[in-house]
Amino acid sequence: MRNFDYDLAQGIDDAFAIDGARTMAIAGGTELLNWFRLGVAAPDKVIDIGGIAGLNAIERTDDRLTIGALATLNQIGEHAFVREHAAVLADACLKAASPQIRNRATIGGNVLQKTRCAYFRAEAPLPWGCNKRVPGSGCSAREGLNERHAIFGWTDACVAVQPSDPLVALAALDAEVEIASRAGHRTLAVADLHLTQQEAASAGLDAALAETRLKPGEVIVGYRVPLHAGERSAYVKVRERASYEYALVAAAAVVAIEHGRIARAAVALGSVAQKPWRLHAAEARLVGQPPTRDVVFPILTAGLADARPLAHNGYKLAMAAGAATRAIVEAAA
Amino acid sequence: MATVRNETAQRVPEADRFVSSAVRGGSNDARSGAETGPSRKLHMKVNGVSVAGEVQPRVTLLDFLRERLQLTGTKKGCNEGACGTCTVLIDGERMNSCLTLAVQCEGREVTTIEGIGSLEQLHAVQQAFIDHDAFQCGYCTPGQIVSAVACIAEGHATDAASVSEWMSGNICRCAAYPQITAAVLDAAAKMKG
Repeated sequence: MRNFDYDLAQGIDDAFAIDGARTMAIAGGTELLNWFRLGVAAPDKVIDIGGIAGLNAIERTDDRLTIGALATLNQIGEHAFVREHAAVLADACLKAASPQIRNRATIGGNVLQKTRCAYFRAEAPLPWGCNKRVPGSGCSAREGLNERHAIFGWTDACVAVQPSDPLVALAALDAEVEIASRAGHRTLAVADLHLTQQEAASAGLDAALAETRLKPGEVIVGYRVPLHAGERSAYVKVRERASYEYALVAAAAVVAIEHGRIARAAVALGSVAQKPWRLHAAEARLVGQPPTRDVVFPILTAGLADARPLAHNGYKLAMAAGAATRAIVEAAA
Repeated sequence: MATVRNETAQRVPEADRFVSSAVRGGSNDARSGAETGPSRKLHMKVNGVSVAGEVQPRVTLLDFLRERLQLTGTKKGCNEGACGTCTVLIDGERMNSCLTLAVQCEGREVTTIEGIGSLEQLHAVQQAFIDHDAFQCGYCTPGQIVSAVACIAEGHATDAASVSEWMSGNICRCAAYPQITAAVLDAAAKMKG
């Protein structure tokens, strides 16, 4: 790991110097240290925002839950109010990583973790192409081993997926992310924070490199989660090991049930694209239906009709429809 | 006569001198090092003993403990947060020392396996690991025990399923999981009663 200068931020203003490359912010550091080891990043200076007072608060107002960026995944996952009113988020936090990583990892940094693509996560210099690591070097996963890669939103430049669990839950909850910079504060729908490769290319950005709408000097300071009476939620994470493993596919569901039928549904899929993948059309079709497997599964299956699986990840369609169905049935139970 | 804790206390003053001189001379990495660069003053408590020195920001807590303080009970397995054998307590919370910069521990209290129990009086978790034969090669054991101490303190050692889930951050490639789970539950019961 290359050495770097280190400053301890006293307030969030001290973090506005970050540019995501030469100057980076660190909080838990559980992801950043591995970037440094692999050569994904090699900053000259790291600004430690982990000690900023008050930025880890989890608070409830009447119709909203606010979560500071420095709240750890264990703090959120074990928070009684979050467990009761935003179970999908608590579950997603506790199904992420391991207990000791969750004691360090923050909800601000967690959503900015990078893909687990094995071609990407290798030590520099890479023996193969990866457009995220070496622009123009190609995407080895596109024609290589891609069973864990995207079924939505990818381009030939990159087929990576975003691996965060809490991000998927926040997207299903219609949460907003609060961003601070020298220019002031702004909010963005969590579902709009990340870009698929197709979205990046359409916006004239580098399809492989542009992963979020964050600009240099912007720092995530927290989240606002709207709460609606009567809503229930659940998170289903499908993985090759029962714990301490990344998702093959994940599904977050938030439902309101009235008179035994779905009055409102929100479904977000994880690990199928470089952003949480909301199934808006299927959500609309679920309204008025009973929350039973037989009814929900075909609707969700149809909602995946526009997926573009790669050579090795066609299984994700059935798995995603199944996981989302389970999430809705569990949330409604 | 020497307890684990006393051995730690004896080692730290030497380590202090080593930390200071190594960094002044320029250090390439946590082990040896030839590159000069930014360094930061660091103060923390390790197993109850105050430690002060200078360290390059890039040095992980794991390397600092093992290479500077010679506290080699904390093991380096994957060095990327995938195995848990480097688990220590920071202000009482279990964390991966490989994913923590030493400079992030300024002013904090770190407890390593050397700070848990003593040769004369093993910690209940250590005794339970022996009683239940909860290891084979032993490489993951220091991390397992530190993690188990925290798991019990957190209140997660309630039944086998909860222990399996809340100990999942510590991989045992000898697959002593049933024995580890039994040891954690046994220690939790004894510590309660």
